[in-house]
Amino acid sequence: MKILRLVMMLICSTSSILYAQDDLLGELSKQDSAQAIPVTATFKSTRVVNGQSVETMKKKHLDFRISHRFGRLNSGAYQFFGLDQATMRMGFEYGLTDDLMIGVGRSTSQKVYDFFGKYKLLKQSSGARNIPVSVTLFGGTGIATLNKELEFQDKLYYTAQVLIARKFGERLSLQLSPTFLHRNRPEVTGDEKVLLAVGIGGRFKLSKRVSLNGEYFYTAREKNTVNAPYYDSMSFGVDIETGGHVFQLHFTNSLGMIEKQFIGETAGTWGKGDIHYGFNISRTFSFDKKNKKKPTHE
Amino acid sequence: MKTYFFRMVLATLLGITLHSVQVSAQGGMFAATAGNTRFSASTPLENIEAENKKSQAILNTTNNEIAIRMNMRDFVFPNKLMQEHFNENYIESVKYPTATFSGKVDKAPDYTKDGQYDLSATGKFTVHGVTKERTINGKMKIEGGKITITSDFEVALVDHKIEVPSVVFVKIAQVIGVKSNYVLTPYKK
Repeated sequence: MKILRLVMMLICSTSSILYAQDDLLGELSKQDSAQAIPVTATFKSTRVVNGQSVETMKKKHLDFRISHRFGRLNSGAYQFFGLDQATMRMGFEYGLTDDLMIGVGRSTSQKVYDFFGKYKLLKQSSGARNIPVSVTLFGGTGIATLNKELEFQDKLYYTAQVLIARKFGERLSLQLSPTFLHRNRPEVTGDEKVLLAVGIGGRFKLSKRVSLNGEYFYTAREKNTVNAPYYDSMSFGVDIETGGHVFQLHFTNSLGMIEKQFIGETAGTWGKGDIHYGFNISRTFSFDKKNKKKPTHE
Repeated sequence: MKTYFFRMVLATLLGITLHSVQVSAQGGMFAATAGNTRFSASTPLENIEAENKKSQAILNTTNNEIAIRMNMRDFVFPNKLMQEHFNENYIESVKYPTATFSGKVDKAPDYTKDGQYDLSATGKFTVHGVTKERTINGKMKIEGGKITITSDFEVALVDHKIEVPSVVFVKIAQVIGVKSNYVLTPYKK
């Protein structure tokens, strides 16, 4: 009986070889099937609009970003609907590894130097390993140098975020961003040092190269009080990518472009038309010399 | 005693069958899993090149059938943003994950003899979900039980419905030059 079983097995294996010869492509795809496939491009940029996205810069890639926010649209024709006043942030971001990036920036508003790091903890994947979401950790600090009278530690603030995102198919990506913000000395005396917030953001691809983005940061505090005359930040934008550049055009009630400012100190409200037009331009440079070298070819 | 003899015969028969199966599989099938496929879409202004080091190839020397397969997401670009755009916008690798060729070597060489041959293969070439009947020229080198296949051919973007938007800063070539190099070794399942 044992032998009979062996014969059966042999017949089976022989027939499977014959089958393989019939369909070579099938044989190749069978060999290839057991892999985890990470999802790419949950967002087009390292920012949703103002807030950080789960994306990081890839290894040895440098991103040069210039961001502008203009004055309020409701400031009237005399101020050319806000375009007369511009604030900007200039930043450099660099990937140390494919999962870890660092960045520095300088904002004209409050003359802030900001420094941050971002680490991809978990990557949404399908296939052999199924991971439903991507998780990226963000930590940042900054020095507001506008008021020269202040002690050094009073100029500092800290931000920590856990960014959780999921790409639902090709078009839709959503992100949740729980945020912890600590100011050593809040701008308004009487404001709390610690601010907790949660951001919700997303993007919807209109076409292959254009996507619609939106985000809202809910802050755990009363809005527009004497001690904290602030509102929640809400922004909408369009991402347009053209080769090595990504253009982000947007409308937001926040003037600042760093977490401390747009989450903690948004003075305008959509209800009154305190809307700022703004844009980010980013250009990526690759310093990966190893990959640039042409492989030898026979 | 009778059963013992019977078992012996069966075992011998089995051994022969097993042996012959192995020989035909070894003699007939050659495959590569780490083949090299490169393409260049460069223009005088911009260097656009990518390399796939995980291309698969399989050749059946008994009936001259050949198949090539590669995952588009395995193409590595020096510039990762370009790589993302290649996957997201041009080749749409989620929708069309692979490029394949499946066909026959037109004039088969003597696979048992070492040597170098100029050859062509004709079959179905699929990129971006569009299949074209093509004859691709290449070289085959047989040496020490290995078969090295190299080819150098062109792919026109328009043939495979790969759209290039009119407003791009980085222009890419309309015809892509592809070079491949696969070293096939005897293939056992």
